[in-house]
Amino acid sequence: MDQDLQSIVERLNALDISEEARAILAEALKSIDKKFSLTDFKLARTEKVKKTTGILLEETIEELQRKSKSFTEMTILLKNAQEELKSTRSQLLQAEKMASLGELTAGIAHEIQNPLNFVNNFSDVNTELIGEMQDELDKGNTAEVRIIAADIFENEQKINYHGKRADAIVKGMLQHSRSNSGQKEPTDINALIDEYLRLSYHGLRARDKAFNATLETDFEKDLPKVNVIRQDFGRVILNLFTNAFYSITEKKEQGKDNFEPTVSVSTKKADKQLEIRIRDNGVGISQAILDKVFQPFFTTKPTGQGTGLGLSLSLDVIRAHGGSIKVETEEGTFAEFIIMLPL
Amino acid sequence: MKILVVDDEKDIKMLFEQRFRKEIKNGDVNFIFAFSGEEALGYLSQHVHEAVLILSDINMPGMSGLELLQNIKQKFVAPPTVVMMITAYGDAENYNTAMRLGADDFLTKPVDFRLLKEKLKLKI
Repeated sequence: MDQDLQSIVERLNALDISEEARAILAEALKSIDKKFSLTDFKLARTEKVKKTTGILLEETIEELQRKSKSFTEMTILLKNAQEELKSTRSQLLQAEKMASLGELTAGIAHEIQNPLNFVNNFSDVNTELIGEMQDELDKGNTAEVRIIAADIFENEQKINYHGKRADAIVKGMLQHSRSNSGQKEPTDINALIDEYLRLSYHGLRARDKAFNATLETDFEKDLPKVNVIRQDFGRVILNLFTNAFYSITEKKEQGKDNFEPTVSVSTKKADKQLEIRIRDNGVGISQAILDKVFQPFFTTKPTGQGTGLGLSLSLDVIRAHGGSIKVETEEGTFAEFIIMLPL
Repeated sequence: MKILVVDDEKDIKMLFEQRFRKEIKNGDVNFIFAFSGEEALGYLSQHVHEAVLILSDINMPGMSGLELLQNIKQKFVAPPTVVMMITAYGDAENYNTAMRLGADDFLTKPVDFRLLKEKLKLKI
């Protein structure tokens, strides 16, 4: 029994009270003593719980600290991986640019050779004409001199025109391979498409002498200029033409009778959008792979012939221009890519 | 002499007219121009036996110069038409194909007009 209670019990025994009252008081004291020991027990138990909780809390904090640390480490790893991915992506993009430049080289050589021939030829003619002009001047034949002068002037304009044509091709080629992303600028889309159609066609012709195709163009006249990054958009167009030519070549190799390989391109203004359609009557795309053609690294070409990035990069470029690209096809009959660009 | 020149480059017309201005003025030659193989065949079927000599580019969209050559040699047999091929790609394959299809001569671009004139003189 508690000490204080014990002394109360002793004092109680010394008091002169009735036995009955003594018994009641003794009973009450006993009950108080019971409650005291119960409280002591509960207190001890709570103390134990508190201790355990403290330990658990410490462990939890430690665990959290560990987790936070590994989380930070993971974030750093993730960031590194992201940067690596970014650099790989830009390397791939550059590789794809260089690959498509390779496709263009033969076409470019042919396209530059033609205007240069004209420049040289008309310049030779002018040299001859100036000689003749001097003869006529000596004879005092002013009428003839005037005619010759008019011819020289006309030839001079041709020299200038074809010189500029070669110049534009070289500029376009440099722009095509430039690695930094260019600025959007108002562009004559019809002219851009026509340029790349010729380059890719002649490029292919130069590498494969047997290759031939009918090219059909249906350009809407008086189109407003469209804001595009020229080299990016040019690459999209080039890729679509390269694919189209590849497809008709495949079909030609199947040896179908009466097959006239044809690639056609059209532009049309529809609402506030520009619609570009590039169509070929080649092998088409089977339904089984139709939803994969825009996926990176997907290609139907034999290993080593295609990067599988052409259409995937094209999709990125078109989306960056706020436009869309889709394909309509029938296996063995045709494939048509439709680009919509906001005007 | 009537000569049909086939090339998809339209300025070839002005160039030939300038290069041969003396010959044209003297009435030695008369040039007709077609800007595709299809156009050339169309002209030939409408003006049978008029053009005695055909100068054709090989590398043209649509019907190539070689296909045109094949067509001419099959369809316009008598009197035999002289066909000279001109190409930017002076490779053996093009040359052999042209010769197999019956080309009478083979020139490479850029055209050496002095040489061409000499060759034409021999054909007259």
